[in-house]
Amino acid sequence: MNRIDARFEELKRQGRAALIPYVTAGDPTPDHTVDILHALTSAGADMIELGMPFSDPMADGPVIQAACERALSQGADLAGVLASVDGFRREDADTPIILMGYMNPIERFGTQEFLRAAARAGVDGLLIVDLPPEESAEFNRDAAGQGIHQVFLVAPTTSEARLDSVMAQARGFVYYVSFKGITGASHLATGEVSEAVGRIRGHTELPIGVGFGIKSADDARQVAGFADAVVIGSALVDAVFRAGPEHSAEAAHRFLAPIHQAMTPEEATA
Amino acid sequence: MQTAAEAVQKRAEQVPDERGHFGPYGGLYVAETLMAALQELAEQYQRLSRDEQFQRTFAADLAEYVGRPSPIYFARRLTEKVGGARIFFKREDLNHTGAHKINNTVGQALLARHLGKRRVIAETGAGQHGVASATVAARLGMECVVYMGSTDIARQAPNVYRMKLLGAEVRPVESGSRTLKDALNEALRDWVTNVDDTFYIIGTVAGPHPYPLLVRDFNAVVGREARQQMLDREGRLPDALVACVGGGSNALGLFHPFIDDEGVALYGVEAAGKGLETGEHAASLCAGRVGVLHGNKTYLLDNNAGQITETHSVSAGLDYPGVGPEHAWLKDTGRANYVAIRDDEALSAFHDLCRVEGIIPALESSHAVAYAMKLAAKMKPDQTILVNLSGRGDKDVNTVAAIEGIDL
Repeated sequence: MNRIDARFEELKRQGRAALIPYVTAGDPTPDHTVDILHALTSAGADMIELGMPFSDPMADGPVIQAACERALSQGADLAGVLASVDGFRREDADTPIILMGYMNPIERFGTQEFLRAAARAGVDGLLIVDLPPEESAEFNRDAAGQGIHQVFLVAPTTSEARLDSVMAQARGFVYYVSFKGITGASHLATGEVSEAVGRIRGHTELPIGVGFGIKSADDARQVAGFADAVVIGSALVDAVFRAGPEHSAEAAHRFLAPIHQAMTPEEATA
Repeated sequence: MQTAAEAVQKRAEQVPDERGHFGPYGGLYVAETLMAALQELAEQYQRLSRDEQFQRTFAADLAEYVGRPSPIYFARRLTEKVGGARIFFKREDLNHTGAHKINNTVGQALLARHLGKRRVIAETGAGQHGVASATVAARLGMECVVYMGSTDIARQAPNVYRMKLLGAEVRPVESGSRTLKDALNEALRDWVTNVDDTFYIIGTVAGPHPYPLLVRDFNAVVGREARQQMLDREGRLPDALVACVGGGSNALGLFHPFIDDEGVALYGVEAAGKGLETGEHAASLCAGRVGVLHGNKTYLLDNNAGQITETHSVSAGLDYPGVGPEHAWLKDTGRANYVAIRDDEALSAFHDLCRVEGIIPALESSHAVAYAMKLAAKMKPDQTILVNLSGRGDKDVNTVAAIEGIDL
């Protein structure tokens, strides 16, 4: 069973929403990535979204753009990203890893070769921002062939009609983009997001995660009240950056732990 | 059996498909948030491209505001200098704002108005598309924001001021290489954020569907006019067409109405910069690989890790690491030939045209002129070449002076 499915089943039994932190692989350097991933799980991450750095991240805000630039300047590439996942898996066989990024580095690596290598390294899901369902039929089939879930974005602009075409290919969970914009921008309109999540539930049995614009423990707690997963990226990436390379893993833990705590229902902690 | 001409014609009618694919190229490689806006644009454009009222308004704007039709001109002294085929120019440099770019922005501004958008955004490299966008926005009373890499802002100060005079806000882009590709990223980010009230005027035949299609269509007036003008003047079609290719809008505008004319050879001229072998160039078709950038699958320039590389050309308008997907398809099918001209060759052609014909061409167009001169020398005097003189070179005077060590 794919680790993503297993983890969501477990969380359902516990009555908890998943906490999914995002970090860019290779930031601040490729040598730090595995430690940061472990720090995140020790702080309560249920799954991890690991960014594949790209020179032209068109859906990302300034924080993740800068993270990509730092990672690339330190020599990060897809082979390195997969090596980090492999390194992480030596001590953690259970935490699902979802890679998030853009299509061109994968094209250059070779799509088939990449999917095989990702499966070998222990990748569970792939979210390719610039590969909507219209362009991904083949990729979707090939990823499934390797046991990897392709995760799709749903936006406030996604029509009812399109929802069904997204769901036809979506596996693992659905990632709802909480507002029209880029990563790290804006503030959360919890009421609207909750309503949208309800609307999406009419189209799928898959768990629904919410991301973009979740910055604090309070945001995370509110979203956990109606969604199955909470993704937190830019605020975490920024906190890790501010701590400096030497303290990056420690900063990741310090940032995430209180968010995990805020999301955990009291009866579960008792 | 199907003849080659029929095959080409059949292909021309078949592309792009309803999702914007030119063979394996093009398509819709964008984040989910933009899909609804792009689908709406594609549907509206399909309707308006057959709407007589819309087409009449567009034609009237081209005649009265842009100054169309632009003439064709026989470059007698340049032909004599080269010795060989007779060289003609399609004078897009005589358009309002000084280049072919205005054809497209006039068309897209009309689309924006039909869609009820009050705000337009654009990306620009050299500033020509930014100026052309600011121009149409001013005319229609729309708010206009132009994204421009901070590196380009520094080297194109007169165009930055032009955009400001026209009431546009120029926003510097500080990410990545701070050039055209980064300006495009930033414009896409703006569009994702303001998709309800904003129309994105893309400046070339690239980007997600339907942009490669509609930008081609709005520029195809160039080729339609030129085809008729050559028939009227010479009684036959030219033997070859030559146009520079950055993203490729002036080239496709000229080529497209000739696609089915099997006897007309098509040459797209990319920027070889300091030489293809140096790696410092912008020749995606001649020296690139297939990948995905800015919403479409096409030939592009990247490193072995799939990261987009910085390009080089003396001409800022050709300094782009991708190319329109229809060019990628024309290359693969063999209908068009793609070649590259170095900075020094383009500069030499720039000077030739200044002195021999009294025309100061844009550095972009100088690449086409340079290749046409090479080509003409190998052809016979009873043959003809039509070059798209896509823009005038007033904007490049400072650049050329600086290269020659002259302080203005």
